[in-house]
Amino acid sequence: MFKIVSKRQLSPAITEMKVLAPRVAESALPGQFVIVRTDEFGERIPLTICDYDPEAGTVTIVTQTIGNSTAKINQLNEGDYFLDFAGPLGQPSDLVELFSSENGKRKTESGPRVLFVAGGVGTAPVYPQAKYLHDHGITPDVIIGAKTADLFTYVEEMKKVSNVYLCTDDGSAGFHGMVPALMEDLLVRQGKKYDHCVIIGPMIMMKFATQKAKEHNLPAVVSLNALMVDGTGMCGACRVTVGGKTRFTCVEGPEFDGWQVDFDEAMRRHSMYRNNPKNDPHTHPCTCLP
Amino acid sequence: MNKIDRVKVREQDPKIRATNFEEVCLGYDREEALLEASRCLNCKRPRCVGACPVHIDIPGFIHALINEGEAAAATIISKDSSLPSVCGRVCPQETQCEGSCVLGIKSEPVAIGKLERYVGDWKIQHASQEPEHIERNGKKVAIIGSGPAGLACASDLAKWGYEVKVFEALHQLGGVLVYGIPEFRLPKEKIVAKEIEAVKRLGVEFVNDVIVGRTTTIDHLLDEEGFDAVFVGSGAGLPRFMGIEGENLNGVFSANEFLTRVNLMHAYDDRYDTPVFQAKKVVVVGGGNVAMDAVRTAKRLGAESVIVYRRSETELPARREEVHHAKEEGIEFRMLTNPVRVLGDEKGWVRGIECVEMELGEPDESGRRSPIEKKGSNFEIECDAVIMALGTSPNPLIKTTTKGLDTNRKGCLVADESGATTRPRVFAGGDAVTGAATVILAMGAGRRAAQAIHTSLQSE
Ligand SMILES: Cc1cc2nc3c(=O)[nH]c(=O)nc-3n(C[C@H](O)[C@H](O)[C@H](O)COP(=O)(O)OP(=O)(O)OC[C@H]3O[C@@H](n4cnc5c(N)ncnc54)[C@H](O)[C@@H]3O)c2cc1C
Ligand code: SF4
Ligand code: FES
Repeated sequence: MFKIVSKRQLSPAITEMKVLAPRVAESALPGQFVIVRTDEFGERIPLTICDYDPEAGTVTIVTQTIGNSTAKINQLNEGDYFLDFAGPLGQPSDLVELFSSENGKRKTESGPRVLFVAGGVGTAPVYPQAKYLHDHGITPDVIIGAKTADLFTYVEEMKKVSNVYLCTDDGSAGFHGMVPALMEDLLVRQGKKYDHCVIIGPMIMMKFATQKAKEHNLPAVVSLNALMVDGTGMCGACRVTVGGKTRFTCVEGPEFDGWQVDFDEAMRRHSMYRNNPKNDPHTHPCTCLP
Repeated sequence: MNKIDRVKVREQDPKIRATNFEEVCLGYDREEALLEASRCLNCKRPRCVGACPVHIDIPGFIHALINEGEAAAATIISKDSSLPSVCGRVCPQETQCEGSCVLGIKSEPVAIGKLERYVGDWKIQHASQEPEHIERNGKKVAIIGSGPAGLACASDLAKWGYEVKVFEALHQLGGVLVYGIPEFRLPKEKIVAKEIEAVKRLGVEFVNDVIVGRTTTIDHLLDEEGFDAVFVGSGAGLPRFMGIEGENLNGVFSANEFLTRVNLMHAYDDRYDTPVFQAKKVVVVGGGNVAMDAVRTAKRLGAESVIVYRRSETELPARREEVHHAKEEGIEFRMLTNPVRVLGDEKGWVRGIECVEMELGEPDESGRRSPIEKKGSNFEIECDAVIMALGTSPNPLIKTTTKGLDTNRKGCLVADESGATTRPRVFAGGDAVTGAATVILAMGAGRRAAQAIHTSLQSE
């Protein structure tokens, strides 16, 4: 059993929880995820690790209610327990590797110049990566997109570790338009140069943001929210096609080279249980909806 | 010679059982068991014992059952096997003990598996529920994985006084016994959970949700957490696909995914949240136990279900009883048939599978006749789901996160007869070493490794 030590409502449908899981907190790195189960009848739900504190033994997760299973998570309160909290799973972010050489010193003198593109609850998993860079002496640019101003999360935290650019579909805050349009604005009108970009958000947003990055010859890493069961490589429910090869998201991902990802297949597989009687889009709630 | 026919075991009616998940075989009662036991000739040189992978004293336990009763029989079995209720149900007896029984030459072999199951179930029902008090010897062993190999290794070491902690990646204990083999063949609450409780009563501690290689590492367990030795019983969980066109269409699953959703996650039960794909017609590719379990599970979920296998019926590697049960339940068998691609509709969902007919050629190095494609014999089977049951291999996670642990070409951990790996203090056994095999072999390997760990730690 894993105790919820604090809970914060980020928006009506989105909560942030700190969960006591010392072994996970000790081993976690940016880019990895956990699998949780609320109760005996619950699904195994993958959630991106949004932050971790090895000293306190806690791991932070952010969940958006999108179906029965994520609703169950968000109904839990401070002091309640997760029945299961397994991880950290998947590969750490490539960014971690940039610094793994020579006792934490980065390989290149000036760079890398990194752009993060976050959509919806994708903002939460971007935060530890941006913070990780900041801690290593690099201040990245971060685009955060949302449908409307009320849905922004993690903006204040993010501002402490990066230069934040907001955009909304309805123009209620920041740039008026979707994420790819703001990318275009930064890259062309403002003439910014980047070596690397990381895109985390709903599948459809990742598809179009990746297209935009590719247009500008900008390498793009995406974090795929495939359907999962075990999360340890045992079932293949999470398979995606990257560069023409089948890969298991839970062990080889969740981050992949966005240019190589077959997004149409990934979106199609993601909808596999949409019409199931149990109708629960058992997904990566962190990054699933705009 | 023997005049009594092999005692038939009671089973659920095929028509009824094809719609439920209750156990198919109902087992012997006392009277039936004693009658069947009386058929055993108590051979001087029992062929059955030689053919049992762990050499259970078969005539010994059968005659103890007749002369002294269940408890004495159970004691004899427990010298060589720690999971008689499980093995009595899932061992391929026809190629092991029963396949060699002298009675099988002229009539039918003694129903050794059913008798073992009877004794094992009796033991479960009559086990003391009190924890056993065992003097601890101050040494700690970590076990990775709670399948048959891990359980067997843990219980022996605990009996000898070791402090044993089992780390399991999943939220349930039992490995393939809970996520793979279905309820209708191996009841989870009645049998598997009881076997695990017995291990707990020996003082073994279980920790779920720990993925060794991710949550912690073998190096960490040995260097930081004070374990004196580690046993790796992590199984062979990585599913294989065919690599043919259309395998990522919606409606194509590995047998592991399908069975895990149904067994571990109880998708067939409305109270549980995990969904399983609702198919009208399912094609299962493969011919082993896993394929039989998948196809019979699909049938129970209401789908018309077909097995497609590239060799002929005599080569089917599944237990004969499972093939027989599957047929009784109305499963269609398409032998000498091999898929060449999965066909999809315009939205990317499975609409069928294109196959080619096969014929058997010369025997290959394994002695089995290898199937050869008949050119131009392609045809389609209409279906809306395809389940791939092509075998599994060990997960590379432990190898890639442990210094000095070697694997072979197939990704299996390299270990000697005793279970010692290439890394000091690390032992391994079961499917992680052999690749996908059997419960009895995994259990035997776990016990051999326990002995080797005991020997090496005692001499320190
Ligand atoms: C569907 C199916 C039907 C079968 N039918 C039969 C049958 O009828 N008869 C028969 O004899 N055999 C059968 N088998 C094979 C048999 O179940 C296996 O050979 C046996 O279970 C192997 O035991 P094991 O302990 O080596 O591994 P497993 O039972 O696979 O257990 C390994 C355990 O380790 C855990 N694990 C893996 N990696 C890690 C890690 N890194 N950290 C922590 N834990 C980890 C896994 O979650 C699992 O619980 C069947 C297998 C399947 C899949
Ligand atoms: S070979 Fe058959 S008859 Fe002989 S001891 Fe074994 S079970 Fe009994
Ligand atoms: S979730 Fe099962 S293999 Fe990835």
